Amino acid sequence: MIPLIGRRLLMAFLTLILVSLIVFVAVEALPGDMASAYLGRDATPESLAVLREEFGLNAPAYQRYLTWFGGFLRGDLGDSLVRNKPIMEVIGNNLRNTIVLAMTASAVGIPLAIALGVFAALTRDRWPDIIVSTISIFGMTLPEFVTGTFLIYIFAIKLKWFKGVATMPSDAPIDAEFFQIIMLPVLTLTLVMMAHILRLVRTSMIDVMISDYVQMARLKGVPAWGIVFRHALPNAMLPTINIVALTIAWLLGGVLIIERVFNFPGIGNLMINGISDRDLALVQAIAIILAAFYIGINLLADLASLVLNPRLRTARGH
Amino acid sequence: MSEKLVDIRDLTVGYHTKYGRLVHVLRNVNLQIEPGETLGLVGESGCGKSTLGQAMMGFLRSGSKILGGQVKYQGLDMFKLSSKELEGIRGKQIALIPQNAGQSLTPTLRVGKQIMEALDLNAGIKGEEAKERTVELLGQVQLPTPDEMATRYPHELSGGQQQRVAVAMALAGNPDMLVLDEPTTGLDVTTQAHILELLRDVVKEMGTAMMYISHDLGVIARVSDRISVMYAGEKVEDATARQLFKTPSHPYTRGLLESIPRLTLSGIPKSMPGQPPLPGTLPGCHFEPRCQFATDICRQEAPKLESISKTPDDSKKGFGDHLARCHHWEELTKTDFSEELKEVYQDVRKEISTEPAITITDVEISYYRPGFLDNLMGTPHPPATVSGINLTVNRGETVALVGESGSGKSTIVRTVSGLLPAKEGAISFEKFDLTTDVDDRPKELQKRIQMIFQNPDASLNPRHSVDDILDQPLKLYFPDMPQEERDKRKRSLLDRVRLDYRYLTRFPAQMSGGEKQRVAIARAFAAEPEVVLCDEVTSALDVSVQAAVLDLLADLQKEHGTTYIFITHDLAVVRAFADRVAVLYQGRLCEVGTVDEIYSPPFHPYAQMLLGAALEPDPDMEPLLIGGDTPESSPPATGCPFQRRCPVRVGEICDTTMPAWVRPEGSIDHQIRCHIPIPELHAMQTESVAAD
Repeated sequence: MIPLIGRRLLMAFLTLILVSLIVFVAVEALPGDMASAYLGRDATPESLAVLREEFGLNAPAYQRYLTWFGGFLRGDLGDSLVRNKPIMEVIGNNLRNTIVLAMTASAVGIPLAIALGVFAALTRDRWPDIIVSTISIFGMTLPEFVTGTFLIYIFAIKLKWFKGVATMPSDAPIDAEFFQIIMLPVLTLTLVMMAHILRLVRTSMIDVMISDYVQMARLKGVPAWGIVFRHALPNAMLPTINIVALTIAWLLGGVLIIERVFNFPGIGNLMINGISDRDLALVQAIAIILAAFYIGINLLADLASLVLNPRLRTARGH
Repeated sequence: MSEKLVDIRDLTVGYHTKYGRLVHVLRNVNLQIEPGETLGLVGESGCGKSTLGQAMMGFLRSGSKILGGQVKYQGLDMFKLSSKELEGIRGKQIALIPQNAGQSLTPTLRVGKQIMEALDLNAGIKGEEAKERTVELLGQVQLPTPDEMATRYPHELSGGQQQRVAVAMALAGNPDMLVLDEPTTGLDVTTQAHILELLRDVVKEMGTAMMYISHDLGVIARVSDRISVMYAGEKVEDATARQLFKTPSHPYTRGLLESIPRLTLSGIPKSMPGQPPLPGTLPGCHFEPRCQFATDICRQEAPKLESISKTPDDSKKGFGDHLARCHHWEELTKTDFSEELKEVYQDVRKEISTEPAITITDVEISYYRPGFLDNLMGTPHPPATVSGINLTVNRGETVALVGESGSGKSTIVRTVSGLLPAKEGAISFEKFDLTTDVDDRPKELQKRIQMIFQNPDASLNPRHSVDDILDQPLKLYFPDMPQEERDKRKRSLLDRVRLDYRYLTRFPAQMSGGEKQRVAIARAFAAEPEVVLCDEVTSALDVSVQAAVLDLLADLQKEHGTTYIFITHDLAVVRAFADRVAVLYQGRLCEVGTVDEIYSPPFHPYAQMLLGAALEPDPDMEPLLIGGDTPESSPPATGCPFQRRCPVRVGEICDTTMPAWVRPEGSIDHQIRCHIPIPELHAMQTESVAAD
């Protein structure tokens, strides 16, 4: 098992290097560089040269890549010229906000999706299943800005239960009020992401419930709860791990549209601002951070599969 | 009578199809089982055996329902109990040993945990005591190192070991009754024989009653006190095991018995055409369409299950009634069945040319693919899966490769077919080199060597009609053939595999297992091949269908002079069908010879073990169990491949030196590879047969 984990870790790191290269090359390929983006129309050849010298932009590309990627590994992403601050400082709070939002949505949505999926499977083709499945299909097919806007209309404008827009600074403390503000974004995200997990859990639970070993457990006299929780669910969860991971990664990736709809100071919003300001260093930094999240979460999903699936865990050799 | 453990009265079970039609599965079944008795339940697939077994536990497949009658277990009506009460009976009093233990154990729980769960639920044993009892149970089912076995996951066990765990789990609640649904189907002969002996011992020791469901009359004969024969949802015959095998009194029972290939009789058994109708769809006898004794009365009037004789019974429980459901039973029982049986087997021996078709020389095959790191570090290669194979298959001959699973039979055939590369050695077919990949072979060669697979469900594309399936090889190998000619060929192919031309429009899902396998055979023969590789082609089929398929293959061979390489683990099928046999263990040849030579001493110790474990449909025949059945996962690096399991190993020489081929005196083809001198081997084996 240890060499298996080692192999996965190595692969994850190689993927990260590859992604960082792509991000770096993509930004390089854009017309102009940071200096011209910073100075904009006021640029004179002289001022550009001075700036390039100051920020080390004259060094060959591979050297700049190594400096940048090395910095990233050490947690230093350089400075944002547009915002005149170290990038870590610019990103910090927004990243924190997005993480809190994503984690809250995951904490609410994933267990709920699994529970409802199991519930739907157990009441297969009867009305509880039909209701759950129908709602989940709506959640899946409606674009998230429609769902979000709809929820704002109902809960913020009509019922006035929650705030419709996140009117808070990015460094707002994470307190009760914070959670009150993110209620609606969380609800929207939950609705949108739940369907994928729920439907997969339902299908795989149905498959497991008709398997020989569940039938055997019934004939062995195992009570219903034992069948569901001991014999069926751990097996039904295996195929869903990856979709759960993808969902979490998607949430962390800064759900651009939701953050925009609710004007939430998260990393997605920041990225859009960065693009419109032509703050290349910022965009580049966010891209690599998001990639790292994706890779990291998928690595965790692989490891979770290892823990849950004895077939993989006890595999000898390969 | 209140002493009955199980009392099933007039049980009728059915379900509604999608279109609302009522289909019966069981009709008016009566069945009684006494404490400690073993009842064998036999019949082709689709006869309602499994449904009956499940109904005994108060369980029906979803959709099915009881239409009449009742199932009483110790006086309790199983279908009137609440689910709570049922939980109290299942596992504690009646336990199930399933068909496929591998799929019936929860993959994410260690086997020890699963047994402890059964102990907790069914015997109220918890904690440390449960742990001890689990190890004890695993020891009782003869698993080696039981305490270590308990910590394994189901996938870390072999098929036989999984089945033993299932037995241990069933015994956890100390039940009065075991229901066994084909528990040894799919296991190797040796493993099967060991599991059956284990069950017999357990039952004797604990006084447990068993209901043993199987389509294999050899297995049924070995374990049953009494046998019920099921046909189309009805019981058609019921007698003590000895009586049933001696005087089968229903044409169906006779048909089943006649279709079994036997170790003691060479030649292909008689096949029983047709398949069971849906229960309750005929006004008269349901077996009438397939019955050679049928007369008008059979078509008009359904026969009753009547007592035809009382047979003296060695068990004092007094179940001496011999029941049969046939208008003509008197006629049937007039003649001596065992004499009749001898005439049933038609010998297919034929002249075999001495011209070689396929020559295999020093072939070695390995699945091991060293990775980058392995090459870098020079990891030593494990011994090859298959090694040192020398075998000549002559034209028009059937050569059987036999051995347990993992013996390399399929590996060799896959290499001959070009699906797997050989690491060393040569395989030649005329001027062609068969070590080339199938894609690199000239089309002419591809056409001349065809393969038929074990499972037609997997080898036929479910979305292709029979017409498409047969059209493809015709188009591929005869590109110039016009459409009309192809259509004609397809019909004649179907005709040759005895299927109506109307089958052309069917899809695999609309056919029975036997029909699908015939389509697979027709597809192989569409190419007009000279060599056909058959990989366990009958092992997924009912005995009655198996006989028909063997018969068909023999006919095709006679007609076209086809050469077969035939893989099977069933030694009786080999006896029936093959001309020569090669016995394999761990990818190495042990013994080669003609069928008659292989089936009489001297044997290679491994061949003797295999033959001893094979079961005959005869309650008085006991298997001769030699050595264990613990499978090995890889061949030994040096010496005789059988060294670790051999009951007669000589000593160190077995571990270090591969024995040379020795020809027993007076034989031409027979060769054995053993360090024990042949005369000694021969003497030892005739002795042990005599002692038995």
